[in-house]
Amino acid sequence: MTNLKSLLAGAAVFALMTSAAFAAGTWNRGANGDVQSLDPHKTSTIEEGNITGDLFTGLVAVDSSGNTIPGAAESWTVSADGKVYTFKMRKDGMWSDGTPVTAKDFVFSIRRVVDPATASEYASMAFPILNAEQANGGKAKLEDVGAKAIDDLTLEITLKGPTPYFLEMLTHQAMYGVSEANVKKFGNDFVKAGNLVSNGAFMLAENIPGDHIKLVKNPKFFDAANVALDTVNYIPTEDRAAGIKRFQAGEVDSMNDMPTEQLADLKAKFGDQIHLTPELGTYYYVFKDKKAPWNNVKLRNAISMVIDRDQLASKTWQNSMIPAYSMVPPGVKGYTPSMMSYSTMPQLDREDAAKKIFDELGISPAKPQKLEIRYNTSENHKNTAVAIQEMLKPWGFDVSLINTDGKTHYSYLEQHGDFDVARAGWIADFKDPVTFLNLAHTGDGNNYAEYSNKDYDALLDKAAVEADPAARMKLLQEAEVIFMRDIPLLPLLYYGNHNVVSSKLHGFVDNVMDKHPSRFVSKD
Amino acid sequence: MLRYVFRRLLTAIPTLFLIITISFFLMHIAPGGPFNMERGIPPEIKANIERVFHLDEPVWMQYFRYLGNLAHGDLGPSYILINFSVAELFAQSLPVSIRIGSWAMLLSLVVGSAMGVLAALRHNKFIDFFIVTLATGGSTLPTFVTAPLIQLIFGLTLHWIWIGGWHDGELSAAIGPIVTLALPQLATVARLMRGSMIEALNGHHIRTARAMGLSDFSVVVKHAMRGALLPIVSYAGPAAAGLVTGSIIVETIFQIPGVGRAFIDGALNRDYTLVMGTVILIAIFTILFNFLSDLLYALVDPRVRYD
Repeated sequence: MTNLKSLLAGAAVFALMTSAAFAAGTWNRGANGDVQSLDPHKTSTIEEGNITGDLFTGLVAVDSSGNTIPGAAESWTVSADGKVYTFKMRKDGMWSDGTPVTAKDFVFSIRRVVDPATASEYASMAFPILNAEQANGGKAKLEDVGAKAIDDLTLEITLKGPTPYFLEMLTHQAMYGVSEANVKKFGNDFVKAGNLVSNGAFMLAENIPGDHIKLVKNPKFFDAANVALDTVNYIPTEDRAAGIKRFQAGEVDSMNDMPTEQLADLKAKFGDQIHLTPELGTYYYVFKDKKAPWNNVKLRNAISMVIDRDQLASKTWQNSMIPAYSMVPPGVKGYTPSMMSYSTMPQLDREDAAKKIFDELGISPAKPQKLEIRYNTSENHKNTAVAIQEMLKPWGFDVSLINTDGKTHYSYLEQHGDFDVARAGWIADFKDPVTFLNLAHTGDGNNYAEYSNKDYDALLDKAAVEADPAARMKLLQEAEVIFMRDIPLLPLLYYGNHNVVSSKLHGFVDNVMDKHPSRFVSKD
Repeated sequence: MLRYVFRRLLTAIPTLFLIITISFFLMHIAPGGPFNMERGIPPEIKANIERVFHLDEPVWMQYFRYLGNLAHGDLGPSYILINFSVAELFAQSLPVSIRIGSWAMLLSLVVGSAMGVLAALRHNKFIDFFIVTLATGGSTLPTFVTAPLIQLIFGLTLHWIWIGGWHDGELSAAIGPIVTLALPQLATVARLMRGSMIEALNGHHIRTARAMGLSDFSVVVKHAMRGALLPIVSYAGPAAAGLVTGSIIVETIFQIPGVGRAFIDGALNRDYTLVMGTVILIAIFTILFNFLSDLLYALVDPRVRYD
């Protein structure tokens, strides 16, 4: 009897709570994991980008489609040589405590993110700025970093060379401004709920790790009149199957991931509430370029040809990913990715061409070649590796699989451990091809293949100082032609965004960066 | 008795020290560190981060630094959830785990014991078979099966409980995890109780008590149950330590911000301080509950004495 009573009491309490939590004006936003910090200068993940993007507004911001729009700065000019950016701050720009947002706050913030003592993972976002990289390495003074407040409302940023994607970089949270007074008052604790002052559409109300982060509307935000939501709750839904049940019950209004293995069922159940769209990210395998026989470009291409990407996308990934034949995914304005030469060839013809190369190299089922694939723990990575193992086997490859957890995997790759082929993935931080192409630049920290090609490096370096956007994109395309000829990194699939979005939400626009600022969203 | 208590507490110190030392070095043997990410960071930036967290020092130096801080009661900052210290994370997650764990323990002890006694009293009758079947089922069904089932039936279909989230510990949010955690324990307690009760009921002292004309209630509760409780007491100690320090599966599926989740997230992310803190926490609870169950032994069984 008591049990029944408590259950009934529970149901009553639940009904009361739901009426409050499910109210219009509250977006219960499923988040793929916890955040490590809300200090924009110390964050790195996509989820942290989403939340800090609601809390803060950088010099420039993104709209509901992921395009760059004015943010804390209302306008800007760029010098003829492309090196000096002058930003005009908004006159009505205010922090949530009512103090004005000034150019000085941004100078302070840029110095803070490059300051070695801050230990910011994403300090490299500021490296196009004059002396920023040197200051981060302790080789220049913070005062010498190229950011200057001409007056309260004028900020001048000097770059070390023209960087056409600099405005795109400013949309990254590492480049947001924080209130100097707030940081000086509370030190590292400034990010705690109750302390944090921010200049975005929302303010921090609660932060309970593993449970939720609650943001409430910031009345001091310059565009507060057009913000429809009162509250945004970020709720970690790492267990995607449980998350889907919560979505179905209305406990969360959206999730940015889903159990893709149930995709067919989910589509049948939720219809157009399932959003599957291309993302600016590539899932790839790395060949160790320093090790025979994987340094053989012909062999790499033959392997690439016998990997049936359509099957990977449709069978292994249930069409939640897209077959990839270039390193840079489609979706960057003004750039057409350079594809592998056999991208339009039917699979059977590719296999014929590959067979010739295998014969030439003496690889056959009778004389198999050993190949080891390393991947980090994930059901999907395992399935992908197993599928590729099966695809390579008939051609004479004795494929073994090595699975380690993510930290072990990436530290092994970074320390240039011995391997044949390893799994990796890259999601763009900003909308520009260089974020992908740098992965094969000599000496780049993420160049796990240890690939080095002078012509390739020269094209990228030339593009880095080219001020004309069209000419620059052309240089990058030429570089990608070399990349796709040599394939030190073998693109397999483009990532897809997997959003589940309630039909009650409006203003959620699918885009390649998967950016959905809450300020543009409303709820019935 | 007091001397015994004192001696036990004293031996706990070297045990704890050993656990801390072994886990500290084991963890540093695991490849990778807290700052190896999916996307590599430039070496200078990594060097900066490691300097700030003293990770650039030799491991033995980090070990003594850790011990030194620990002696002052400082569990250090979390490397991964950098807005929080480990102590702050525990202040937030431990009450959640303790609340769910202790209710689950209570539920399994009370209901499990009652079921066990009932089965023993009706030995080889229908109700006995029924309870044994139920208990076997309960202990074989893993929590990763029962939890989604509970969510599906009571959350999604009946709308009685929250499917996920803590919601400030509302009953409708806590009941799912509590029942999921309690079920396998309850089944084990029921089976243990049934076994020892059947044995106790066949004892000479019970026959004597019955011959003396004592009431059924007095025979069962005062004489048989007291002795039959011993296996439960020795089982409950370690089980309680496990329950109150959180269950990773239940906390993940119900999205509860408890210690179990902090532990696994910490281990996977090489959050050294968080993992060490959790290890110490679990060790303290295990030592404490084992100690308590030993003391309880003396209370329940007059033959046991600690001098």
